[in-house]
Amino acid sequence: MKLNTEPNIARPDDFYQDLIDLHRDLTDEQSRQVNARLILLLANHIGDREVLREAMKAAAKIPHRVVDRLADERASS
Amino acid sequence: MLKTYDYPEFAYRPSADQESGLIRRHPVIIVGAGPVGLTAAIDLAGQGVAVVVLDEDRTVSVGSRAVCYAKRALEIWDRLGCADPMVDKGVVWKTGKVFRRDREIYRFDLLPEDGHRMPAFINLQQYYLEEYLVRRAEALGVELRWREKVTKVEPRDDHVRLAIETPEGAYELEADWLIAADGAKSLVRQELGLEFRGQAFNDRFLIADVVMKADFPPERWFWFDPPFHRRQSTLLHMQADNVWRIDFQLGPDADPEEEKTREKVIPRLKAMLGEDTEFELEWVSVYTFQCRRLDRFRHGRVLFAGDAAHQVSPFGARGANSGVQDTDNLAWKLKLVMEGKAPAALLDSYDAERVHAAKENLLNSTRSTDFIAPKSEASRAFRDAVLDLAEDHPFAQRLVNSGRLSVPATYTDSPLNTPDEDAFEGAMTPGSPCSDAPIRRNGKPGWLLQLLGGGFKLLCFGDAPAPLEVDGIEIEPLTVGADLDDVAALVAQRYDGGPGTVYLIRPDQHVAARWRRFDEAKVRAALNHALARRGRTQ
Ligand SMILES: Cc1cc2nc3c(=O)[nH]c(=O)nc-3n(C[C@H](O)[C@H](O)[C@H](O)COP(=O)(O)OP(=O)(O)OC[C@H]3O[C@@H](n4cnc5c(N)ncnc54)[C@H](O)[C@@H]3O)c2cc1C
Repeated sequence: MKLNTEPNIARPDDFYQDLIDLHRDLTDEQSRQVNARLILLLANHIGDREVLREAMKAAAKIPHRVVDRLADERASS
Repeated sequence: MLKTYDYPEFAYRPSADQESGLIRRHPVIIVGAGPVGLTAAIDLAGQGVAVVVLDEDRTVSVGSRAVCYAKRALEIWDRLGCADPMVDKGVVWKTGKVFRRDREIYRFDLLPEDGHRMPAFINLQQYYLEEYLVRRAEALGVELRWREKVTKVEPRDDHVRLAIETPEGAYELEADWLIAADGAKSLVRQELGLEFRGQAFNDRFLIADVVMKADFPPERWFWFDPPFHRRQSTLLHMQADNVWRIDFQLGPDADPEEEKTREKVIPRLKAMLGEDTEFELEWVSVYTFQCRRLDRFRHGRVLFAGDAAHQVSPFGARGANSGVQDTDNLAWKLKLVMEGKAPAALLDSYDAERVHAAKENLLNSTRSTDFIAPKSEASRAFRDAVLDLAEDHPFAQRLVNSGRLSVPATYTDSPLNTPDEDAFEGAMTPGSPCSDAPIRRNGKPGWLLQLLGGGFKLLCFGDAPAPLEVDGIEIEPLTVGADLDDVAALVAQRYDGGPGTVYLIRPDQHVAARWRRFDEAKVRAALNHALARRGRTQ
């Protein structure tokens, strides 16, 4: 596993509060937009496709298969 | 019919075959005189093969269809002697701009380097393209039979039987080889019971060809959510004769009949062009798009090419452009198989190479269509996020996908390639389409690609070997410094042509093999390999 899921953020409670504060005055729609932009910015910063795929799998939780299946379909289509 | 174009009318003339009342056999019959069937016919006729082309229609492409032709397709037509009228009449361009609302967020240059005979792209109405192809085919003696509709196709052991309907009744023909270039609704495909699998997109698109004097530059302009057409996309292209192609995305719920009416179209155009711009409608249609293909393009003696084999959405201009690369790949192989110089297995490499290319084209055009017309809320959210970020962040500009424009496939894993055993830099790996470069030959300026293709060539950066013959196939040596001068040093640069380097190049201008030092035995083996001649290494 290349994705680091060990504690890696200094003062995690502060980070968490930043994240919640970011959304405090936003509508649900605005929050969705901010989240999508945030994912793209972070993904580009990480850059490593393998790490990104592992993060997608971890985020998808149950349907691990979804990400695998997409990769398989692409390989075979 | 159109304000800027008179459709030629091609006459039906009963053929001697039909009049004979017999079932006659031809070496090659092509079904369909669209860009792909015509290009196949020109290629084969140029190699001395007698070709018959059957088309149910009596004229060239009607209405709004292909506009953009890419460099590689133009290079193929140049090899076949018919690119000049296209480039002369067409609008040359290479810059694409993408706007979000009224701001430019991204631009791309499709040919950032000089030293290529053909431009990155031209825009030209499909009817002009076909007219020039018909002219070239006729000059080469291709037998074009208009208003002859193929109604039945019956593959047999060593030939194919066809039933044909004409204004003067029906007749039958046989072909040793049949090229099915009969378009997306291919009857040949249906007759063979073959599945055409893929996906359809729900969004409808209004395509308007408009005659106007406008001062937009010759560039591809694409808008997401423009002020004149909110929440949808719009695409603008300049064509010949002051005709402009404008595509409006309409969404999935639009009523196609209503959207085609002047009452609906004119206000859309005025919103975009301004109340004062004078324009006239040339043609209006509403489309939905599909991305699908056959599993295999070779079925015994029936060879599928162009839209009959694969259909893409137009974002990326990969339809006609890739269809022409199909026939570029097919024609030389078919000719050698017909002459008995290569086994029929060579045609399986047509399948392998062009299915690979079709996958690449479908993947690209599907991704573009998904970006332009997202299918889910999540997909739309990310699309909008990309557009939001693209205004300020370069990384997001690279994700903006308004169409990834046609580039030729590299046959990386082709069974015909001889893998490198020496180290090379640059793009000309085995399976790649050859890059062009300016040269001089016999003291006159010219282009490298004009010397490549047609037959097998050996491009040598060193002492010239004698011409080689391998079981009936000639390999013509072309030595840089002797047969051609590398005037801008771009041949050496683009081919990483250090002293002694040798490239074996196929008749379709793709690299078959390369070495750092000429070795006749290796060249012979690579040639046999490129012809699917098994068990023969010398
Ligand atoms: C809106 C739009 C925009 C496009 N833009 C581009 C672009 O910019 N660049 C690009 O490269 N491509 C573009 N394309 C795609 C391009 O038009 C097609 O890929 C191209 O026409 C395919 O050529 P073809 O010869 O395979 O088939 P077609 O052009 O469809 O020709 C098939 C021919 O077969 C004939 N035929 C059919 N059935 C029979 C039969 N049973 N018997 C006898 N004859 C028959 C027909 O009369 C026709 O002449 C666009 C398409 C659309 C719709």
